[in-house]
Amino acid sequence: MADKQLLKIENLVLHFRTSRGSVQAVDGVNFDLAHNEAVVILGESGCGKSSLAKAILRLLPRNVANYSGKVLLNGTDVMAYNDEEFRKNVRWVEMSLVPQAAMNSLNPVLKVGDQVAEPLIVHDGVSKAEALVQARKMFNLVGVPEEFLDRYAFELSGGMRQRVAIAMSLVTMPELIILDEPTSALDVLTQANIFNVLKRIKNELETSYILITHDIATSSELANKVAVMYAGQIVEVSDAERFFAKPLHPYSEKLMNSVPRLRGDKEPEFIVGQPPSLLNLPSGCRFKDRCPMRFDKCEQEPPVYEKENRLVKCWLYR
Amino acid sequence: MANVQEIQNIKQTVAAEDHSHDDMMLSIQDLRVWFELRRFGFGRAGYVHAVDGVSFDLAKGEAVAVVGESGCGKSSLMKTILGINHITKGKILCQGENLGNMKSKALRNYRSKVGYIQQDPYGAMAPFMNVEKILSEPLIINTKMNADERIERIKQALTEVKMTPVEDFMAKFPHQLSGGQQQRIVIARAMLLNPQLIVADEPVSMLDASVRVEILKLLRNLQEKHHLAVIYITHDLSTVRYFSRCIFVMYAGNLIEKARTDDLLRNTAHPYTQALLTGTSEPDANNAKTYKDIPQGEPPNLIKPPTGCRFHPRCTKMIKGLCDVETPPEFEIEPEHQVSCWLFK
Repeated sequence: MADKQLLKIENLVLHFRTSRGSVQAVDGVNFDLAHNEAVVILGESGCGKSSLAKAILRLLPRNVANYSGKVLLNGTDVMAYNDEEFRKNVRWVEMSLVPQAAMNSLNPVLKVGDQVAEPLIVHDGVSKAEALVQARKMFNLVGVPEEFLDRYAFELSGGMRQRVAIAMSLVTMPELIILDEPTSALDVLTQANIFNVLKRIKNELETSYILITHDIATSSELANKVAVMYAGQIVEVSDAERFFAKPLHPYSEKLMNSVPRLRGDKEPEFIVGQPPSLLNLPSGCRFKDRCPMRFDKCEQEPPVYEKENRLVKCWLYR
Repeated sequence: MANVQEIQNIKQTVAAEDHSHDDMMLSIQDLRVWFELRRFGFGRAGYVHAVDGVSFDLAKGEAVAVVGESGCGKSSLMKTILGINHITKGKILCQGENLGNMKSKALRNYRSKVGYIQQDPYGAMAPFMNVEKILSEPLIINTKMNADERIERIKQALTEVKMTPVEDFMAKFPHQLSGGQQQRIVIARAMLLNPQLIVADEPVSMLDASVRVEILKLLRNLQEKHHLAVIYITHDLSTVRYFSRCIFVMYAGNLIEKARTDDLLRNTAHPYTQALLTGTSEPDANNAKTYKDIPQGEPPNLIKPPTGCRFHPRCTKMIKGLCDVETPPEFEIEPEHQVSCWLFK
C-alpha cells in the first residue's frame, strides 16, 4: 500500500527578498512521501514550515528571490511546468491545501456549498449542479450536515469551518493534501474529531498528507513519518514509531521533552534561546547555539547521515 | 436527628465563613451571568445563560484551573471575576466584600488587586506604545509614583519575568518582540501593581510548544514566590497539571466536576471530562492507527440550554427519563472531588 512513491522533493529552495536582505525560509529541503502515507513537518514558528507548503504548491508572494529545486510528483518534475500548466495539472488536481486558520480562508459572502464546489467547476469543467452533488458527498464524508451547503461561513462554528475547508481540498479527489496547522485554533474535542475525519479519509480514499504543525502531541494522530524542520532545513526524517519513541537529533529530542503530558512524572523542559533569524543564519550547524551536545565539529555545516533508514543532519551520527 | 445534623452543618458553614476573611481570596456563590437578547423595539428575546450557577472558593496563594471548550462560558466567568461583566444573580465575595455591590472607587481598588493575563499578547498591547509606556500606564493610573519610581518598578518587573538586559527591551515596540517575549511583557504588566489574584486566560495557547513550557514555569515561579492566587483558564488539560492544585471542568455554564488535579486525572468521573482526556493526545505513534472515541456534536446553545444535565444530548451513558429531565446535583465521590452527574448518585 505504502510502497509507491508519490512525491519526492529534492533540494527545494525558497528565498524571499526584503529590504533587510534575503530571508532563507526554505533552504535545501529534501524528503519523499509514499502513496497513502502521511508525513508530519514539525517545527517552531518561524522555521519556514509554512513557506515550505507554499513552495510545494507554488503559491508564492511577489518578493521571491530564489525558487529552485525539484518537486517530483509521480515521477514528473512539476517545477518544470510554467505557471499555467502548474495551475491546470497540479494545483488542486494532484495536490490541494487546507490553509492555516480555516476561519479566515472562506469567503464570507459566498455560501460554503458553492465554495466547496468551485474547484471542481474550475478544474474539471463540470456543471455547477454536478459539482454540488460532489460537494454534498464531501460534506457527508467530513461529517458536516448537508443542509449546511446553503449556509455562510459566519453561521458555522470553528470546527465546522475547518471541516468545510477539508471538504474543499477533497472535492477534486487529489492524491495529496497539504494541511497547514489544521487544528491549532480549535478545542480539544473538535481537534480529536477532525483527526478522526482525516484518518477515515486516509483509509477510505487512500489520500496522502503533508501535515505541517508545531503540535507534536496531536501530530502523532496522523503521522507515518516525521520530518523535523529547523531554520529552513530538515534536520531529521524518521518513521513515526521510532521517532516518537526516541528521536535522533538533539533538537528533536528537546522538542519531544517540551511536550506537556497527561501522565507520567516527567517535567517538561523548554529549549533555551530562540531560533535564529532567517535573515542572517549562523554558519555551521544552525542549532549549535542552543544545542547541549555542541562540540567543535559543529562549526562546520553537518551533512545528512543515514542511520538505520532514518536521516539526521547532525555531526553526532558521523 | 436530622435537625442536629442540620445545626451542625450550619455551625460548620458559619465557622468556615468566619475564618474565610483571613485566607480566602475569592468566594463565588451560585454565580449567574446572563446576557439579555433584545428584539427591535420592546420586549426580550431571552437570555444567554453564559454562567449558570457556578460556586467555588479560592484560597490565598492557591492556583486553580478552569477547563472547558470555547463557548462554555469560561471567558464570561473570567470577565465577571475581573469586574467587567454584571452579576445577574449570586455573589462574588472578595475577602468578605461583595463585588456586585462595589461602587466605582471600591471597584477600582479591587481591580488593582487583580492582574489579568490575556490570551493574545500582541492584541493585548497598544501597537504604538513601547514597552516602557505600556508598563507605565497601570502605575500612572493606580499609584502616585513619580517618573523615577515608575522606571524603577518597571525594571524590577521586567527582571522578574526574565526580560534582561532590561534596558534593551524598554524602548522596543510589541511587534519587535517574539511571541514568548510579548507574553512576558503582558505577565509583567499583570504583576506591576503587586496583585493578590491573577486571572490568566489561556496564556500559552498562542505560543509554540517549546516556549509554552517556559512561560508556564515562569508563571508558577511567580505564583510561588509572591503567594498569588491564580485562576488559569484553558482548554488544554495537559498543561494544567504542572500548574494548579485544583481543576474545575466547565460545560455550558456549569462547573460539572471539581477535583484536585491528581484525583481528576486518576479517577475521572464525569463522561465529559473523560472525553476531554481522551481527546488530549500524547505523542505516541500508535495514535495514528486508532480512532478516538469522542462524543459527536457541539456544545449546546446557551440561549436555550438542554433541560436536565446539559451534556445529555452528547453523552453515551445517558439515563433516559433522568438525565434529560432533572439537573444533576453535586455528588461527592471522594474528599474534595465533586461531580454533577447522575451516574454517581
